[in-house]
Amino acid sequence: MRYILKKTGVLLITLLLISLLAFLAFQIVPGDPTTKLLGSEYSPERAAALREEMGLNRNVLVRYVDWLTGFVTGDLGVSYSYGMGVRQVMEGKGVVTAALSLMAWLLVIAISIPLGITLARWQGGRLDRACVAMNQVFMAIPPFFLGILFTYIFGLVLHLFVPGGFISPQSSFWGFLGYLAFPALAIAIPKAAMVTKLLRSSIINQMGENYVRTAYSRGNSRWGVIRGHVLRNAILPVVTFVAMTLADIVAGSIIVEQVFALPGLGRLLLASIGNRDYPVVQCIVVIIAFVVVFMNYLADVVTQYIDPRVRLA
Amino acid sequence: MKIKHNKNFTAGAVITAFMLAVILIGMVWTPYDPNAMSGKDRMLSPCLAHPLGTDNFGRDILSRVVEGAGATFIIAAATVAIGLVAGLVIGGLTGYYGGWLDEVIMRFNDAVAAFPSILLALVLIALFGSGKYNIILALGLLFIPSFARVVRSEVARQKSLDYVAGARLMGAGDMRILFLHILPNIIPVLLPSVAIGFNNAVLAEASMSYLSVGVQPPDASLGRMLNEAQGYLLTAPWYALSAGVAIILLVLGFGLLSEGMGGEYGAA
Repeated sequence: MRYILKKTGVLLITLLLISLLAFLAFQIVPGDPTTKLLGSEYSPERAAALREEMGLNRNVLVRYVDWLTGFVTGDLGVSYSYGMGVRQVMEGKGVVTAALSLMAWLLVIAISIPLGITLARWQGGRLDRACVAMNQVFMAIPPFFLGILFTYIFGLVLHLFVPGGFISPQSSFWGFLGYLAFPALAIAIPKAAMVTKLLRSSIINQMGENYVRTAYSRGNSRWGVIRGHVLRNAILPVVTFVAMTLADIVAGSIIVEQVFALPGLGRLLLASIGNRDYPVVQCIVVIIAFVVVFMNYLADVVTQYIDPRVRLA
Repeated sequence: MKIKHNKNFTAGAVITAFMLAVILIGMVWTPYDPNAMSGKDRMLSPCLAHPLGTDNFGRDILSRVVEGAGATFIIAAATVAIGLVAGLVIGGLTGYYGGWLDEVIMRFNDAVAAFPSILLALVLIALFGSGKYNIILALGLLFIPSFARVVRSEVARQKSLDYVAGARLMGAGDMRILFLHILPNIIPVLLPSVAIGFNNAVLAEASMSYLSVGVQPPDASLGRMLNEAQGYLLTAPWYALSAGVAIILLVLGFGLLSEGMGGEYGAA
């Protein structure tokens, strides 16, 4: 319990730090936002009036507190280039990125956990040797290249989906999930290769322990030993790692969204970077960072919980 | 176990040596000028004159892949160099002296490490602007924490060993002990992280250039080529395939090397 409290404290401080850094980073950027907002109607007087109206003349810390209060209460500020609230600009985009990341993450788990256990169960067998070699190659494939390959193989040759033909969740929920399946797989496969490798070696490392010998001597089969005794020890580092991969998966989805022309936060982020639309960039960065840091926090707590040495202490 | 790791190391060395040879040759000679366009040779499929075919401007893809691999390699190497040098200094000093500054820097490191690296790189690009040198700078900055962490923990471990006490008895100063005595001893631990860092740099550069915020045309880069190739997937799939396979070979070679080294040094 004390551990969770301490972790929660660190989490809150980290979140504050991230938001402060993100805010400050976009304050030191050269250039005056009023130039962009006013466009052809620019005049020094108007710019000054707008600066006053936007509160740009106030102290940086005051503006930070203002922005943070707005952020927490759902007022995300105004976009420079779309002329509307950041919240409206982001409408519906978060769902796409969240669905894609979640789907990829679940795929990583669904592929790697059974595969890792199977490989460790038949360690040294034909399947094991083939997969260990394949793993190295899969780990080296950048997700966006896998996405391009999928576009070619499944989209253009096999016609399983229409590249660029995104289906919104409003028009067809299953069509939406179906279109996301290929990008999600492209993100998931390199990660799944890593997790498989980690789980396999984690199980194999445990197999030499004394408790395993004891379990064998009581008449358990190799499968029985793995299932009943080894797995719960071997899974600990894997849980932490799987939770940590979510950060990479979210990052991967920023790029893969571009490959499959998905209207998610990643595309918006890139477009906004191109447009120098800093309020939008700032919001997306802080939101993604918050999600990632929060997931890492959850991973810590869950690992602590499933490790009885800590839970019972 | 030993044999398996050596197999990794050998395979990695062969692939890396092959890629390095190709890149080095590409710096002095490519079959064609990578930027020479030819109207009548557009979108040729692989043939004897153009082993990997030509692109939408009739440029020889083999020459472009070789040049792009070179550019990607140099960017990755420069990135790792920035991260490594700064990481050595920061990690070395904090690991050696410890204290409150050590705590602060390591907490900051943790916060940065928990962040998706592409996201941070994009933020830095949004601040600096895009382009080859900004990519090197942005990625280099991003790589400092991971190197600093490895160096720090290793220096902290080594500084209590007998040979350091011996050096101190002989009157060596802190800087001499740190950089002349401890540093050579942490190289074995550092090498695998350098190889992994190099891989991350290659992937990051390729991703950023693919997103058109990295290397700008006319400079070649494997990521940019993939970006261009995606538009011609149906008519010229070999274009995307060549650039992608080049990235995979670069990453795979160094990945296997680091694994081979990690195994050997870990066992020792």
